[in-house]
Amino acid sequence: MHELSIVASLFEIMEEKAQEKGSKTIISVKLQVGKLSGVVPEFLITAFDMYKKGTIAKNATLEIEDIPLTIQCKTCGKTMVLDDFVFICLECGSQDLKTVTGTELLLEKMELEL
Amino acid sequence: MQMKLKIIADEAKNMYNLRLGFIKIMKKKEILVLEDLLGSNKKIASEIRKELTQKGILTINFMSSPGAGKTTLLERIAEHMRPQYHMAVIEGDIETERDAERIRAKGIPAWQIVTGGACHLEAKMIGKLFPKIPPDLDFLFIENVGNLVCPASYDLGENIRCVLLSVPEGDDKPKKYPKAFTTSDCLILTKSDLLSVVPFDSERAQKEALEINPKLTVFMTSSLKDLGIKELVRFFITSRQLFLDKNA
Ligand SMILES: Nc1nc2c(ncn2[C@@H]2O[C@H](COP(=O)(O)OP(=O)(O)OP(=O)(O)O)[C@@H](O)[C@H]2O)c(=O)[nH]1
Ligand SMILES: [Mg+2]
Ligand SMILES: [Zn+2]
Repeated sequence: MHELSIVASLFEIMEEKAQEKGSKTIISVKLQVGKLSGVVPEFLITAFDMYKKGTIAKNATLEIEDIPLTIQCKTCGKTMVLDDFVFICLECGSQDLKTVTGTELLLEKMELEL
Repeated sequence: MQMKLKIIADEAKNMYNLRLGFIKIMKKKEILVLEDLLGSNKKIASEIRKELTQKGILTINFMSSPGAGKTTLLERIAEHMRPQYHMAVIEGDIETERDAERIRAKGIPAWQIVTGGACHLEAKMIGKLFPKIPPDLDFLFIENVGNLVCPASYDLGENIRCVLLSVPEGDDKPKKYPKAFTTSDCLILTKSDLLSVVPFDSERAQKEALEINPKLTVFMTSSLKDLGIKELVRFFITSRQLFLDKNA
């Protein structure tokens, strides 16, 4: 359950960015969470709702976009989504792969009241 | 009559002001941020890596579920490293100094980080210990908090990351806890002396781990019977040599 410490870093970034823009209220927040990010989106939501109380995001909504695990095969060049964590090219069987998406843990955007 | 008109006018004015206020409150702005939530940890970790590398210290992060045998393996490693190599250990636990005391009993410098609840170590915790780390070390081992999930997300500035999987935990774990395996360089199958009593298909464990991460170097050890430790220590020594040559 490291989601709470992830949320603590999220709030640090949120508060800093809101302050830069001179906003005292955050309306909504959107994250990108990769399948291989190591965090559980449900726990992030729970931690976010606990953490937001009494902050400038106390009424903010949280949206999470799940990012699939996408790889590019260095042997045949094809790009594909892997549904489980078997790092084998579905086209040619090669294990020489590059991860394209799926490790993200990003604050993508937020909506501020000005 | 005039009085009444004035009231109406005031009301209109109030309403107008209210609406202005309302419009002002509802002014929204969407901003694009695109910031990594682990960005500050990554930044501290890369500073740590840079400093330790400059000192020629190879840093190794041990991750596993509670009780997989991290501390016992470090005790054995300490015996095999002596007297040629200097090592030290950072111990991460939720509570108690116990693991650090076990390492110190082997004559090895050890510092305990008590996280007080946190299920993983973070780079800033390692950073705080920095002034204590002697510059003439060859190896710095970090024993992470026993947890096969959370530590995997945190770079501590290590050069080599090892995941330990003990025989009694079962051979199906790599697929169930993929993050720890995808981010590691080594897989150490521990407590191999128990293979005779516990059903554990080591072929399957290795095969599934390598499917998740083909770059894993796999070791099989028993701290109890002192099996496979020599090979593991040799791997660390060779890795350090390569690392010194690369950074020379
Ligand atoms: N049979 C057998 N038991 C072992 C071996 N290595 C460790 N153990 C036992 O496993 C238990 C846990 O070992 P530790 O080394 O404390 O495990 P750990 O991973 O450091 O545990 P935490 O720090 O609490 O996460 C102890 O009772 C050890 O004696 C081994 O090679 N074989
Ligand atoms: Mg231990
Ligand atoms: Zn391919």
